[in-house]
Amino acid sequence: MSKKTRVVVGLATCGIAAGGVSVMDELRREIKKRKLNVELAETGCIGYCFAEVLVEVEKAGMPKVTYGDITTKDVPELVETHLVQRKIWREKVLLIEGRKTAEADFLKRQKRIVLRNCGLIDPESMRDYMKKGGYEGLKKALTKMAPEEVRAEVLAAGLRGRGGAGFPTGQKWDFCARAEGADKYIVCNADEGDPGAFMDRSVLEGDPHAVIEGMIIGGYAIGATHGYIYCRAEYPLAVKRLRLAIREATRKRFLGKNILGSGYSLDIIVKEGAGAFVCGEETAMMASIEGSRGMPLPRPPFPANKGIWGMPTNINNVETFANVPWIIRNGARKYAAIGTGGSKGTKVFCLTGKVRRGGLAEVAMGTTLRDVIFGVGGGIKEGRNFKAVQIGGPSGGCLPAALLDTPVDYDSLPAAGAIMGSGGMVIVDDTTCMVDLAKYFLTFTQMESCGKCIPCRVGTKRMLEVLIRICEGRGVPGDIGLLERLAYDVKDASLCALGGTAPNPVLTTLRYFKDEYKAHIFDKKCPAGLCVDLVTFHIEPDKCTGCGVCVRNCPSDSITGEKKEPHVIDIETCIRCRECLRRCRFDAVYTV
Amino acid sequence: MPEELRVTIDGKRCSGRRGQTILEVAEENGIWIPTLCYDPRMAPYGACRLCLVEVEGARALMPACHAEITPDMVVRTENKRINSIRRTVIELLLSDHPVDCMTCESAGSCRLQDLAYNYGVKESSFKGETHSYHLLDDNPLIERDLDKCILCGRCVRICEEVVGAGVYGFVARGFDSIVSTPYDHPLEESPCLFCGQCVSTCPVGALTSKLSKGKGRPWELKQTDTVCPYCGVGCTLTLWTRDNEVVNVTAPVDKGVNRGNLCIKGRFGWQYISSSERLKYPMIRGKDGKLRKATWEKAISTVAERLTEIVKENGPDAVCGLASARCTNEENYLFQKFMRAVVGTNNVDHCARL
Ligand SMILES: Cc1cc2nc3c(=O)[nH]c(=O)nc-3n(C[C@H](O)[C@H](O)[C@H](O)COP(=O)(O)O)c2cc1C
Ligand code: SF4
Ligand code: SF4
Ligand code: SF4
Repeated sequence: MSKKTRVVVGLATCGIAAGGVSVMDELRREIKKRKLNVELAETGCIGYCFAEVLVEVEKAGMPKVTYGDITTKDVPELVETHLVQRKIWREKVLLIEGRKTAEADFLKRQKRIVLRNCGLIDPESMRDYMKKGGYEGLKKALTKMAPEEVRAEVLAAGLRGRGGAGFPTGQKWDFCARAEGADKYIVCNADEGDPGAFMDRSVLEGDPHAVIEGMIIGGYAIGATHGYIYCRAEYPLAVKRLRLAIREATRKRFLGKNILGSGYSLDIIVKEGAGAFVCGEETAMMASIEGSRGMPLPRPPFPANKGIWGMPTNINNVETFANVPWIIRNGARKYAAIGTGGSKGTKVFCLTGKVRRGGLAEVAMGTTLRDVIFGVGGGIKEGRNFKAVQIGGPSGGCLPAALLDTPVDYDSLPAAGAIMGSGGMVIVDDTTCMVDLAKYFLTFTQMESCGKCIPCRVGTKRMLEVLIRICEGRGVPGDIGLLERLAYDVKDASLCALGGTAPNPVLTTLRYFKDEYKAHIFDKKCPAGLCVDLVTFHIEPDKCTGCGVCVRNCPSDSITGEKKEPHVIDIETCIRCRECLRRCRFDAVYTV
Repeated sequence: MPEELRVTIDGKRCSGRRGQTILEVAEENGIWIPTLCYDPRMAPYGACRLCLVEVEGARALMPACHAEITPDMVVRTENKRINSIRRTVIELLLSDHPVDCMTCESAGSCRLQDLAYNYGVKESSFKGETHSYHLLDDNPLIERDLDKCILCGRCVRICEEVVGAGVYGFVARGFDSIVSTPYDHPLEESPCLFCGQCVSTCPVGALTSKLSKGKGRPWELKQTDTVCPYCGVGCTLTLWTRDNEVVNVTAPVDKGVNRGNLCIKGRFGWQYISSSERLKYPMIRGKDGKLRKATWEKAISTVAERLTEIVKENGPDAVCGLASARCTNEENYLFQKFMRAVVGTNNVDHCARL
């Protein structure tokens, strides 16, 4: 008997944003029209965000094929070629099971623990999860291990918090287990507010049960009586899938009273955040859960002793929890064998920016930046040159090409001035201005400051104003010194890590790209040709073919020239919109 | 008694009790640490970052108002790193502050002004956007000038933690954060009791009393500590007078049963003192219905005569005595004794029951 033909569409937010739902509808129509016996299913994000919409086809007698960049228009041809004529439709192939393609590298160079099920199972099916060994870790922990054994196992695995600071998870659990309180809370931090970060979303959307299983194991290990998942409201699909997963897990008695007859009880509530970045900070998150405005508190006391409603509270990140079932099921030793001395296991990164294969990538700790960006990510788009990578989001740092061989782990990145952070990697090429990049991240942090403490509330604002004037050509000698002074004091004096890390993008760009700052301030030039107030646009006569594309697209009618003759830009009337630069197919437009 | 702990602050050996903060121990030992958001009436908040101190063995600086002492702790309250932060914080505040001290009601009692003076900050190195809000003075007692607000949260916290009214809250984020009332409504449409506790804690000129506006600078006024005449609690007050006229009432935070707290009457109910309508001597109503000035002897003997007549004609229960919460316990005791023993009635009551 041959297996049933199966067509799976990636329907995480990335897939949906790219039009996945319409592709799904079109497939359903086409299959029905041709009366084919095909099972249509959906899955989460497999990480190939750069090639969404992804459609995977499994047909007996043929290798499993993943097609990328599928639009509704492609559907009839895809169905006709693959499902009817039983031929692989070469045009849009991304992966063929067992065969080498350029894109296969993307998966092959990864090590998938957290993303073990993402893109492989239907996230709305608990059965799918359990077929992959789901809830085995929970069963083992609750029926065969004492809470302290669970904590010892996680400690021995060397798991460190993936939410940013990298605190050893086993140790954190010990603190909370030892603290006394009538109630105890276990909280999953799913607030993920960094621009450019979506790894937690992908896990929540693609494998929600893994997070819930990790939470229940953690809850058992510390003796938690209540659980919260603090998920940002901007992730409606994640919220929906979490709620569904909690209902299913409760029905199966993995949640609720007397779980699996162990005597341990836990409930989990999904609390939606209202979109404040600072609510990802744990003390602000606790305030928000209690119904107050999310503003951080000084520590100590630590949440482990005095958290929600004054009770012991343990907060971990989504990815941290997703690691836990794997560790319990496979043992600490197997986990600790992956990674480096101080950083065990894997880390999920979001590759964004000018990288060729943008998406989700999980690699072993200690992999070099070069391997991540060039190996997994396939290098820079459009054959341009790598310039820098911003790691750790707005709290992180910007590292230049000279540091590409830095391993990604909790010790090497801080030494270089960056942080692991939550795992955002924004890759930029030589068309990016580093002052502008620092300005971009600081715009975000100063807007998201909760306003409680002065260095962060006013300091980041003043730093941003200096960066803006530098980019606009109004920088004055002394601005670099002013920025440095503010950066160090804001870092040193802020109450929470939002202000404490906000100056990092400025400090690292100043450290590695000071010349660019100087060029803006003293020569009134933007070396990357990006800052509109500091560039003029010109056409190179030798390259210009006189095709006239630029003339047709210039909104201010600033380009003139005879047909097939080199054209010229009137820099007096040019509004520097970059349209000509973008449109010219002969690379004839340049900036000075 | 909590355990006695030894600590070293700026090289000075000090002793404190477990549970005390670095700031409390420093103050007890005569070591000054600057603060803006701290008020001993509320829980420590740690927002202004002026009280950051260095603790040996800790990488991060600690807010002295919040960090508790530990055995043998070694603290430095001043050095280059700390002073740089303090200067920066003051300069940052001044960069978004209308420095109109010449006409500001709080000049002379403003913490920000004092700090700028202490740290020699003549002007801010940081220039940029500034806020300009409307002056909020739509009630008879409290003026709110948000341009001057440094967002220390003291008004928010005193109203929530001490008064229990919870009138204020923070609104918006980052540089544009402000303190506001529910739905941004005027104070009179909020649960505000007009106790003026917020005015009493505001370290700058953002919240001021309209009753004292323009009535003199702190250094022109004489301060006299006294007891509030309104009720039996007996709160300690400081009367601020000019030419023998009261122009403001405050309460010292470190003294009395009230430790700086007052209600609307104690804080704002003082204008009657120099009112032209105030009774200053006894008066007797004549047969023609008009009131005429009299001596105390005459007044008391008139009362005695009338009481005796009434009791004789209609019995003692025709008389009723009403005492005042503004009298002392002893006076009220004597009054009821008088009613029962002399007049012979139990008809005696007190205004606080009305
Ligand atoms: C401004 C700010 C935002 C943060 N946002 C997040 C977040 O979105 N997700 C997260 O897991 N941790 C975030 N953190 C870190 C958390 O405070 C906390 O350290 C983390 O959730 C602990 O979990 P872990 O031990 O598993 O890493 C943030 C911290 C700060 C200061
Ligand atoms: S550092 Fe910024 S976000 Fe953190 S408490 Fe201070 S003002 Fe709020
Ligand atoms: S006057 Fe009293 S009740 Fe009104 S806002 Fe101020 S502290 Fe609160
Ligand atoms: S009004 Fe005064 S007390 Fe209230 S936050 Fe502003 S400065 Fe602080």
